Amino acid sequence: MTKARDDYLLDLTASRRGYALNRLCGSLRDPENRRRFTEDEAAYCDAYGLSPEQKRAILGRDWTGMLELGGSIFYTYKLAMLDKKSMQYLGGVFTGMSVEEFTEAMRSGGRNFG
Amino acid sequence: MARVTWGLATSHVPSIGAAMDNHKTGDEYWKPLFDGYGPAREWMAQHKPDVAVIVYNDHANAIDLDMVPSFAVGTAATYDVADEGWGRRPVPPVVGAPELSEHLVRELIDAEFDITTCHRLDVDHGLTVPLSVYCREPGDAWPCAVVPVLVNVIQYPQPTAARCYRLGKALGQAIRSFPQDLNVAVFGTGGMSHQLAGARAGLINERFDRMFLEAIEHDPESLAALSREDYIREAGTEGIELIMWLVMRGAMSDKIARVHDTYHVPASNTAAALALFEDLGER
Repeated sequence: MTKARDDYLLDLTASRRGYALNRLCGSLRDPENRRRFTEDEAAYCDAYGLSPEQKRAILGRDWTGMLELGGSIFYTYKLAMLDKKSMQYLGGVFTGMSVEEFTEAMRSGGRNFG
Repeated sequence: MARVTWGLATSHVPSIGAAMDNHKTGDEYWKPLFDGYGPAREWMAQHKPDVAVIVYNDHANAIDLDMVPSFAVGTAATYDVADEGWGRRPVPPVVGAPELSEHLVRELIDAEFDITTCHRLDVDHGLTVPLSVYCREPGDAWPCAVVPVLVNVIQYPQPTAARCYRLGKALGQAIRSFPQDLNVAVFGTGGMSHQLAGARAGLINERFDRMFLEAIEHDPESLAALSREDYIREAGTEGIELIMWLVMRGAMSDKIARVHDTYHVPASNTAAALALFEDLGER
């Protein structure tokens, strides 16, 4: 799995790079699209014109990889929710913690960077 | 004429809405936050506005990356509650105030804020959670009409804090020049410090948050002077939502009184706060 950089900003370069991936994730707002995605994820990725790297990241649930490929957390979170994964789970993925460890870190006042 | 009666700054974390929707506000995890809301809710229930102007950001629900307006105003008669990917919140649809919207759009454009207008807008947690913070049990209908004011905070570069503060000033003037006898509340939503993605996910900066909570009342100019890079470094990539509190503050007069505030960590991955101010300027 990809190692996360400190900050991901959805600037215009990232938005251009991640356009297809974000558009796919955004389409999951529609219940019918959620059903179609779940039925055949690979075909759904192809229909949205994902690059091979983006498709791999989606199918493999490489959450950090998605960010590297221009994904925005507000879009990829919709895919996480389809998998019944929480924002604490994703926080754990980005920081190398289990969901329990990350949740406990938040309950202890969050992560302080000085 | 219409008047700004109070301003509410509040976080709009989805899980705060889910806690209310799923009746978990008494749980050990959530109780401190909701207890903290108590005095503000009581005061607001006794000072009901006719219209709430709610400054918020969409989170990939009504606005896609095809077109990203920096500032937009909802102009519809009603707004549906968005399905954000996991079903709609079980809350009433939002009733608009289209005449006020039209007046605000015209006044803001004349004040050289070139506003995007939205005739169709599904409102997401950024707007509905603050409404639930104001009114816990709306029943079949929210107790006030709403004008949504949208600020882009998810695509970089966001509007500057200074621009948001000036937008608030123009918004306040526009509200006060509306020729109907209306009490208007202005909501500034989002924040406080939080970062959802990347190696700094889980960032909380209580020192910055406490400074901001204090300065929003007496020294908003110092907050308006911070750069977007300052906000991202100190408050996190999503903590930059705090620039929307400056729109609320700008819309209020210089003479305000703090009714109540509260600060709690965490609401899921976020530092959650509420600050309620009465506008004394028109008395």
